[in-house]
Amino acid sequence: MSLNKIPPKERTKIPRVHMPEQPAEFRRANFEEVNQGLTILGATTEAIRCLECAKPHCIDGCPVNVNIREFVRLVTEGDYLAAAAKIREDNVLPAITGRVCPQETQCEACCVLGKKHEPLGIGYLERFVADYEREHGVFGIPERAPLTGRKIAIVGSGPAGLSAAGDLVRKGHEVTVFEALHEIGGVLLYGIPQFRLPKEIVEHEVNVLRQMGVDFQTNVVIGKTVTIDELMTEEGYHAVLIATGAGLPKFLEVPGEHYNGVYSANEFLTRVNLMKAYDPSYDEPVFDCRGHDIAVVGGGNTAMDAVRTACRLGARTSYLIYRRSETEMPARLEEVKHAKEEGIQFLCLTNPVEFCGNDKGWLQAVRCIRMELGEPDASGRRSPIPIPGSEFDLPIQMAVIALGTGANPLVQSTTPDLQTNRKGYIAADAETLATSKRGVFAAGDIVTGSATVILAMAAGRKAAASIDQYLQTLSN
Amino acid sequence: MFPIVEAEFIAPDVKRFVIEAPRIARKRRAGQFVIVRVHPHGERIPLTIADGDPRRGVITLIVQGIGKTTKLMNLLEAGESILDLVGPLGRASEVENFGTAVVIGGGVGAAIAYPTAKALREAGNHVISILGGRSRELVILEPEIRAISDEVLVTTDDGSYGRKGLVIDPLKEMIALGRPIDYVLAIGPVRMMQAVAETTRPHHIRTVVSLNSLMVDGTGMCGGCRIITNDGARFACVDGPEFDAHTVNFEILVQRNRAYADREAEELREFQEHTEEMANEVHHWCRLESACPEVGPRG
Repeated sequence: MSLNKIPPKERTKIPRVHMPEQPAEFRRANFEEVNQGLTILGATTEAIRCLECAKPHCIDGCPVNVNIREFVRLVTEGDYLAAAAKIREDNVLPAITGRVCPQETQCEACCVLGKKHEPLGIGYLERFVADYEREHGVFGIPERAPLTGRKIAIVGSGPAGLSAAGDLVRKGHEVTVFEALHEIGGVLLYGIPQFRLPKEIVEHEVNVLRQMGVDFQTNVVIGKTVTIDELMTEEGYHAVLIATGAGLPKFLEVPGEHYNGVYSANEFLTRVNLMKAYDPSYDEPVFDCRGHDIAVVGGGNTAMDAVRTACRLGARTSYLIYRRSETEMPARLEEVKHAKEEGIQFLCLTNPVEFCGNDKGWLQAVRCIRMELGEPDASGRRSPIPIPGSEFDLPIQMAVIALGTGANPLVQSTTPDLQTNRKGYIAADAETLATSKRGVFAAGDIVTGSATVILAMAAGRKAAASIDQYLQTLSN
Repeated sequence: MFPIVEAEFIAPDVKRFVIEAPRIARKRRAGQFVIVRVHPHGERIPLTIADGDPRRGVITLIVQGIGKTTKLMNLLEAGESILDLVGPLGRASEVENFGTAVVIGGGVGAAIAYPTAKALREAGNHVISILGGRSRELVILEPEIRAISDEVLVTTDDGSYGRKGLVIDPLKEMIALGRPIDYVLAIGPVRMMQAVAETTRPHHIRTVVSLNSLMVDGTGMCGGCRIITNDGARFACVDGPEFDAHTVNFEILVQRNRAYADREAEELREFQEHTEEMANEVHHWCRLESACPEVGPRG
C-alpha cells in the first residue's frame, strides 16, 4: 500500500536528484570517493519519483532481480533499514553494486520514467540505504536455514564467489571461500580503486557474510596449495564452485613492452589498490608518477580506473589511448565524464605500435598510429583501421595496458576432467552452471570472460541455486 | 598465520626458518616458491622453498637480508609468526636422469639449488655441486650439499675458503678438460647465472636457471615478473621460476629487477635509521597475530 500521496503526473515533474560529488579539481589529487552519496532529503525526494508500476520493468532489468519497487517504497516511508534488508534478500553486496553497477544499461534503462523524463536514480538509492545501514551498525542479516551438514568450497572471493556464498550459507550449508591473495574481495579490492569503491565498504560487506556464517580462508591457491580433487576427496567438500574470475593480463604484444614503466592494468591497480602503494606508510612501490606524463591504453572501465589513478598519483599529463572513437568506448558514461572532468586527455582513434626506451631500460615514449573507422566487426562496432604514414611519438614515462583479461589456467590445468573452451574458459551448462566434473560448478568471468560485478554476482546466485538442488540429490 | 618453529642465522644476514605450513609442506616440490608478507603494511616477496617435511607439516626458507622486507623478516624468531605465506607456486624443477649434472649455487642460491640437487641425485644423476660465496662465511649449506653430491667444489671471491675465484671457473675447467656434462643448474645472482649461460652456450650443454623477478601476486595475474625469452614474454611465477638459460634475455632481467632500486634504497635507509622502532612493530604484529588469530590487522 503506497503512502505516496503525490499523483503520478506530479511525480514526473520532480527532477532527478544530482549525486553530490567532490569537485574535479580537488578529487583529481586525492583517493577519497568521488561520489559523496545522497542525503536523507535527496534520497526521499528521489524515491518519491518512483511511479510504483504494477509491472516493474526495472526488476527485470536487474541481473539479480532486486525487488526495486519495494525497497524504494520503504525509502519513501523512511524505513531505510527495512529497505536495505529487502535488497539483501537478492543482493548480498548492496553498498558495492550501488556504486559500481552500470544501472544506466540495466534497471534504470528499463524505468518507465526514463521514456519521457530521466529514469529513477535506483543506483543512488541502493547506495543510500546500504550506507545508511552500515553507518547505523544494524544489518538486515537474512535468516539461516537449519544446518544441512553439506560442505561447499568456493574458489575465489570476488563478486561471483561472495554472492554464491551468501545464498548458500542462508540455505544452511557450510561454506568456505578460498582466496589466493591475503585479503578477501578479489577484483573489488585489487581492481576497483578506492575513489570509486572504498575498501572499507568491501570489508564491511565481507564481515556481514562472515556474520552470516561464511568461512573465509586467505592465502590458498586452489590448484597449487590444494587441488579441487583433494577438496572433494580428502577435505570432504560435497560441491565446489569455481569463481576465479578472468585474471590473466593481456598485453599489446608490440616491441618494447618490457621497458620499466610499462604495466598491465592488473599489476598497476593491484600495487595501488590492494597493496596501497599510494600511501607512503606502505612498503609497496609503484612508478612515481609525479611530474611525469603517462598513458593508459584501452577504453573500458579498467582503463578509466587506471588513468584516473595515475592522475591521483601526481602525473603531469595523463593520456587515454583508445583505438576506436569515443562512441565505441565500453566504459560507463559516468566514468568517461568523471575522467574528462579530471583533465584526462583522450587520444581516440589512436593505437600504440611500439614502446621506446632508454639504455637503462626505462620507457621514454610510445609510438602510435592514427586509426579510422571501417566496417562493423563481429562486436557490431566499426572496426579501426590504421592510417598509413600517420605514426607519431608521444613522450611518456609510464604506460598501463588495459585491454581486458583472459582466463587464468591455474585451476583448470590441475583438474584433469574439467572441460574448457578454446580460449581456456571453463565450459559450464548455461542453465545450471554445472561443469563437466560432477559436483563442480563454475560462475562469473571464468565462464563468460570479463564482464561486470553485477553479472558475476548474478552468475554466482544462479550457481548457488543449482548447487543447492544438486546437494539435495545426494543420498547421504 | 604461519608459526615459526625454528629460526637461526647460518651466515651473516642469512637466516634459516622452519615454518609451519602443512598444506604447502605436503604439496611442495623442488624448485617451487612461496610468497611472503611480513607485516600489514608490507610488500609481497617471493622466496624459493629450500626444504620441507610433510610429516611435520613444515617448510624451510633461507632468507638473505638484502632489502627492508628480508631484513624485517630476519628479525623474527621461533615462536613468532609469518603474517601471510602462500604457495607452493611456480612449476617444479624438471628432474630426470640426465647423466652428469652440475649444480651451481652462488651465495644463498645454494639454498634454492639444494632441493633440486637432491632430487637430481635421487633420479640417478652424477651430481657435481659448485658452491660459491664472497668469503668463507657466505658459503652456506655445505654439509647438506656434500651429503647429496658425488663431488663438491667450493670457490670464494677472496680465497678465504676453497679455491679463490668465481663459481664458473671450475665449470670452465671441466668443460676444457672435456668432462662430459649433460645438465647444468645455476642459481645465484643474475650476473652469475648469465656468466654460466654464456659459458655453456657454445657447448650446447642444457642449462637451467631459477629466476626471481619482481612479483606481486605470484599466480599469473599481474605480469610484473615477465621474463623476455627467445620465445617472447614469459611469467616467472607460473611459467618458471626455472628457465632454459640459453633463451633468457639477462640484460632486460637486470634492468627490470632494478625498477624500484631508488625506492628500495630509501626503504633500506629508513630501516637502518629506525631499526628498533620497526623491529618493535614487526614483533608486535607477529606476536599479536599468533596470540589471537581471529583478529587480523587492518592497514
